[in-house]
Amino acid sequence: MVQFSTSQLDISFSALSDATRRGVLEQLGRGDASITALADRFHMTLTGMKKHVGVLEQAGLVTTEKVGRVRTCKLGLSRLAEETAWIEDYRRLWAARFDALDQIVETLKQKETDDGRSQSE
Amino acid sequence: MAAASQSDSAAGKPATTVERTSDRELVVTRTVNGPARLVFEAFAKPELFQQWWTPASFGITVISYEADIRTGGFYRLEMGHPAMEQPMAFFGRYLEVTPPSRMVWTNDEGDDGGAITTVTFEEKDGATLVIVHELYPSKEALDGAIASESTGAWPEQFEALDQLIISLDAEA
Repeated sequence: MVQFSTSQLDISFSALSDATRRGVLEQLGRGDASITALADRFHMTLTGMKKHVGVLEQAGLVTTEKVGRVRTCKLGLSRLAEETAWIEDYRRLWAARFDALDQIVETLKQKETDDGRSQSE
Repeated sequence: MAAASQSDSAAGKPATTVERTSDRELVVTRTVNGPARLVFEAFAKPELFQQWWTPASFGITVISYEADIRTGGFYRLEMGHPAMEQPMAFFGRYLEVTPPSRMVWTNDEGDDGGAITTVTFEEKDGATLVIVHELYPSKEALDGAIASESTGAWPEQFEALDQLIISLDAEA
C-alpha cells in the first residue's frame, strides 16, 4: 500500500526545485513537445532530458505518450495526481460536513444537560 | 494502490482523513466530541441529517429530502449547486440501522449499481470515532467516480502550480 499525501507533495516540490525542469514545464505550457525537441531546446543530452522528464512525470506534472519512435510530453496530471486531487476535494467536503455535525452534536449535548437540570429541579 | 489525505488540525479541529484503502474502497474517519448516541442521532434523524450533510460552504442546497431511516427504509435527496443545470438526485435503501453503532445504506443513483456505505460509531472517553466506509462494486466504478468528478479541479490545480513556479523562480 502506498501513501502519498505528504510524500506526493515532497515529490512535486523536489521536481520543481530544478530550473531546467521549471523551464520544461513553461515550454510544455506553450505546446506539447518531444523529448528530442526539449533536449535541443535546453542544450542537453537525450539521456539528461529523459531523466528530467521522468522526475516531472513521477510528480504527476507531465504525462508522456510514445507514438512510434517519438515520445511526446505534455502538461497534465497523472492518474495518481488526479486521484490525489480528488481525494483532497472529497476530504474537504467531509471535513466541512463534520464541522457542521460538531455544532449539531454540541446543541444536542446542551439540550440534554438542560433537560437533566430541569428534571432534577 | 492507495491514496490518502489528511487534514491539517492546526485550527484545533480533529483531523478528517480520507484514504483509498483498496481498488474498491474509500475510508473516511473523524472523531466527534460527543457520545455515540448523539452522533448517531445526527445521522439517523432526517431533520438533523440534512442540516450538516450538504455544507453551505460548498454552495450546495437541499431541494428535497425524504428519508425513512430504519432497516429496510428508503431515502431520496435532491441537491442543487449553482454550477449544475439540473438538480442531482441521490437515493437508496438502508440495509441496516443499529443504534448507536452502525448504519449501512446503498447508493442507487448510478447506472450499474453504486457503492455501499457503512458508517460505524465507536465511543471512547466521551468522544466518538466515526468511520465511513464506501465499497464500490468494482475498481472501474471507483476510478470512474474519481475521473468524472475531478476534472473540475484542474484549472485550480494549475493555477496553484503557476503560483508555486512563480515564487520558486523569484527565489532562484
